[in-house]
Amino acid sequence: MSTKHRRISLTVNGEAVAREVPVRLNLVDFLRHDLGFTGSHVGCEQGACGACTVVLDGQTVRGCLVLAVQADGCAVVTIEGGVDDDLREMFYTLNALQCGFCTPGMLLSSAELLRANPNPSREDIREYLSGNFCRCTGYQAIVDAVFTVAEARRS
Amino acid sequence: MPYFPAGPRRSRIGADDVKAPDFDYCRPESMADALALLSLHADDAAIIAGGQSLLPILNFRLAAPELLIDIGRLDELKQVTEDDEFVEIGALVSHCDLADSPLVGRELPLLHQAIDHIAHPAVRHRGTIGGSLAMADPAAELGACCLALDGAFSIVSVRGQRWVAAADFFKGVYETALQPDEILTAIRLPKPAPGTISIFEEVARRRGDFAMAGLALVAAPNNLRIALLGVADRPVLVEQTMTLLTNNPTAVDEAVALIGTEVDPLDDPTYPPAYRRHLVQVLLRRALSRLPQ
Amino acid sequence: MSIGASVPRDRAKRLLLGRGQFVDDIQLPRMVHLAFVRSPYAHARIEAIGTAEAMALPGVIAVYTADDLEAAVSSWRPEHKLFPTMAAPEQFALAKGTARWQGEAVAAVIAESRAQAEDGAEQVAVTWHELPAVTDANAALAPDAPILHDDMTSNLAFTTEVVAGDVAVAFGQAAHVVEEHFRFHRHSGVSLEPRGIIAEFEPGESRLTVHQSHQTPHQQQDLYARLMGLPEHKVRVICPDVGGAFGLKHHLMADELVACVAARLSGRPVKFIADRLESFLADIHCRDHEVHARMAFSAIGEILGIEVDDLFNAGAYGQYPRTSIAEGNQITRLTGAPYRHEHYRAGLRMAFLNKSILGHIRSVGHPIACAVTERLVDMGATELKLDPIEIRRMNYLADDDFPRTSSGGVDFENLSFNGCLDKAVEMFDVPAFRAEQANLRNEGIYRGIGIATFVELTAIGPEYYGEGGQHISAQETCLLRLEGSGTVRCYTGVTDQGQGIDTGIQQVVADVMGVPLADIEVISGDSALCPVGGGSWGSRGAALGGEAAMRAARTLRGNILNIAASQLQKDPGDLTIDQGVVIDAASGTSHMAVSEIGRIGHFQPYNIPDGISADLTVVERYGSRDRMFLAGNGLQIATVEVDIDTGIVTPLRHLVVHDCGRILNPLLVREQVRGGVVQGIGAALYEELRYDEDGHLLTGSFADYLVPMAGEMPDIEVAHIETPTKTSELGAKGAGEAGTAGAVGSILNAVNDAIAPLEASIAVTPITPPRLLKALGRI
Repeated sequence: MSTKHRRISLTVNGEAVAREVPVRLNLVDFLRHDLGFTGSHVGCEQGACGACTVVLDGQTVRGCLVLAVQADGCAVVTIEGGVDDDLREMFYTLNALQCGFCTPGMLLSSAELLRANPNPSREDIREYLSGNFCRCTGYQAIVDAVFTVAEARRS
Repeated sequence: MPYFPAGPRRSRIGADDVKAPDFDYCRPESMADALALLSLHADDAAIIAGGQSLLPILNFRLAAPELLIDIGRLDELKQVTEDDEFVEIGALVSHCDLADSPLVGRELPLLHQAIDHIAHPAVRHRGTIGGSLAMADPAAELGACCLALDGAFSIVSVRGQRWVAAADFFKGVYETALQPDEILTAIRLPKPAPGTISIFEEVARRRGDFAMAGLALVAAPNNLRIALLGVADRPVLVEQTMTLLTNNPTAVDEAVALIGTEVDPLDDPTYPPAYRRHLVQVLLRRALSRLPQ
Repeated sequence: MSIGASVPRDRAKRLLLGRGQFVDDIQLPRMVHLAFVRSPYAHARIEAIGTAEAMALPGVIAVYTADDLEAAVSSWRPEHKLFPTMAAPEQFALAKGTARWQGEAVAAVIAESRAQAEDGAEQVAVTWHELPAVTDANAALAPDAPILHDDMTSNLAFTTEVVAGDVAVAFGQAAHVVEEHFRFHRHSGVSLEPRGIIAEFEPGESRLTVHQSHQTPHQQQDLYARLMGLPEHKVRVICPDVGGAFGLKHHLMADELVACVAARLSGRPVKFIADRLESFLADIHCRDHEVHARMAFSAIGEILGIEVDDLFNAGAYGQYPRTSIAEGNQITRLTGAPYRHEHYRAGLRMAFLNKSILGHIRSVGHPIACAVTERLVDMGATELKLDPIEIRRMNYLADDDFPRTSSGGVDFENLSFNGCLDKAVEMFDVPAFRAEQANLRNEGIYRGIGIATFVELTAIGPEYYGEGGQHISAQETCLLRLEGSGTVRCYTGVTDQGQGIDTGIQQVVADVMGVPLADIEVISGDSALCPVGGGSWGSRGAALGGEAAMRAARTLRGNILNIAASQLQKDPGDLTIDQGVVIDAASGTSHMAVSEIGRIGHFQPYNIPDGISADLTVVERYGSRDRMFLAGNGLQIATVEVDIDTGIVTPLRHLVVHDCGRILNPLLVREQVRGGVVQGIGAALYEELRYDEDGHLLTGSFADYLVPMAGEMPDIEVAHIETPTKTSELGAKGAGEAGTAGAVGSILNAVNDAIAPLEASIAVTPITPPRLLKALGRI
């Protein structure tokens, strides 16, 4: 019983990457442990908490619910690959994070929301982020940060 | 909200697992290749598309297929098309693409209402209609919708294609009419008659959660169909209630009483059958109140 | 002034770039991975463990059972000398002979990858003999109950009574008595980052280095050294970024200890990261109380007496090293705390049963004491036809009642119940809500409002654990080092799990020293580098760590001024420091930069005259004396909408008025309070570790154990009034318990207010839809 492997090629944060990976390895473990992009975190391994959120071919996905082999040929962006500076800055200013474990997922999801909807209500923001668990904040500072960025971009 | 299959909902203790067991993987270039592979490995293979239901099961080691056949890149299964009578949705259309489809919005607004309740954006990006239906979680939204819309599913294998009515497809908790060598490829839904009103209602604890109960109602001028989710081992049509309301659309109290007798929810320590039965009655009353008088 | 300013956190910048370093982010050369075989039964004898098949798998390096660990690690008993009659059953790193809860680790597999370790764990063959389990305290204390521990004659872990006055007299005189039977179900802290540890053993020097997601590095250093028989100075515990803790990461956890032992036995660094299922199964749990309580009122609504009996469903063992007692004790000590009453009796019975260990999670016991008290007060108001606000005003302890020892026996220095209530009603137009509520009820919409007044015990004093015999530091120490360039490194014994205490301490040091914030870095979470301290738990960081930092900063400032004065031929008393520059205190004239002092102090020390205090590395400590706690207080107002058809409760507006003494950083305190409220709303509405009657966990994933998410949570207004403690110079009290302490009571009262017109009431949390509909008689 030796673990099956496949060779995959993809881009991660713009860099071309080719690796031999165990077929059973999921994308977030591959990013974290094989490539050292530890910004995405693992919180439940069943797609419920959102800590492992990464962007796959332009859309947020759960990194624990994608196999690394399924990302073969794709473009992956993690928090290390960048997220809008104004959003990051506002999270800092309003302290929209405490322990920081959910933060990469929150940032990537928020950035996606603002691309799709530049004018979200607080309710829209809460709805869009409702798959990202934060245990430390009361979510309010996060909602404030996203809302404030949207306002600032409009003016 | 079909992204947690019931597997992980039950605690499986002993060896404590979060990493998938070992398996092999292939990504055939065509449907023909996929079917050939599947026919070869039928009993030991699993089809993966978006993986939003299968991967939690694998992570928790509730299934141990020897081979994953990834059909996720077969673009021919990603189309939504129409003719005069039907809308046909490829099995690999994602929840998110379904929600973005103007054709679906125009012809099948029930699906758009239902998709709002499915999980969260990152899951909707990967999860597919075919994957959700083939997983057959009794609390999933789209199965009940297909029942209410009187849809049929295209099922193919090396032995050929067959169509199975939605009403015959769901066999139990995670059980369907699919044989081990078969793949669900498309969903064909009749276009509702002009004037048809469709209503989707569900009750979940939090946004994106599995519904404790849900209801899909399609009221055509002379025919009213109601399918329920989360209240049996599969999505179910409530035929007696449908007949009553088709014949007498104003018999609301009678219908609400009847629907409560027509469902037999599974035993569940958190949401007892009496509660789910009650919810079905609440949902029916709410849905009927949304119909124009 | 920096203290009191809303300063964002330095650490946040790194976390926002995805460059945090959590335990699982660390990879060491030749590191192996640990997976456990855990008991599938709540109670079972382990007859045999077969490891050969697991050992034969690729990647598997070793399989350990209790027998393999026996020589390498000691067992422990959670004793507390202040409670000498409390049972303290022996616990082993891996279950020995008998497993006593579902999820207790019985074997450990190390392998080259986590997946391979799990492959191995699947193949470990355990022969079980299932034993009858007891899953709630009533069953556990029944005369014929199976007894968990061989050296006990029943499952009763502890019983006690707190008495003041004579409740028989109070209830005899009462014009009105209200009474309720409450059930607060079991839940946990559920940090998003699960528990995790990497242990590395260097055999040449017998050196154990541990990276651990933990709140108390020095405590762990002591425990690992003692249990593994290592000299303490050869054990180093480093807590890197910690992804939330909330009390579940300040204990000795058997499985984490196994990682340390496995590292020693295998000679390889060992990583163990708990997955979510084993987190639910084997983390420290909290609450799980059945409480019967009653309150006696005079004819006009004065509280005459309170009686409360807590049946406390503890776990299979006592929590170590703190013991599990405080969760019950806080209920016996804090029920009725905000109110003037003379007659009080609180009984506690604590039972061991076949579930994971129960102990200290955020706001230990407080939410129960608060909810019980405040529900009874609301019931009294209804009975007496008094407004809930007025009955509280009538009974609150007033400012001039303090200092006071409460009926529950807790010393309160200065609490501000009336001030908080005044502020709350100023912010929240209760009459307008009542009017809207009445209108909406006509439309079949049921809204309710609930008030909960709470006391928050923080910054535990040295006597509690010192006298208890635990090696838990309740004082704090701060070491400051002026670098040659004039910047400052600050080493503290408190730790930061996201609450931002690093920044609070940085602000204190900046203000006291007169140097810019950016010139100070706070270093914490390393038992070898940092001065001995207690870490962060029980809201102690600002009150104790802040005060120690203030003292150290004052000493260093004094030494800087001594050196400056010696160079300037001036009196140090005539100088001060502002923005990193030594200036003339009277005129403000700049004399020399602190960087000059650093340069002289480190590189030209011969220019400093003998006989003056000129150390540029200083250390000071602070431990309060003669008090168990610093008490803060506050109140919450919750409003909710109850869907009486579905049983769904939707939180609407939520308000907190809080007094935690002097606030170092309102930006951080506000969101910490909100986070606490959300955890409390979770307990009130969603979170439950539910077991079947055989002790099998039914809620072992995030699909069943529901946590509060952004979609359902309300905006939460937070206001503060500041009544500084006079026991320290800084005046800070702790702030981390407040949100959680009051949220359950406020939501419970709001739901009951909403359904009052339906002549229904509920006293069970979480208030699930089926429970609520049952209370309403609708199912």
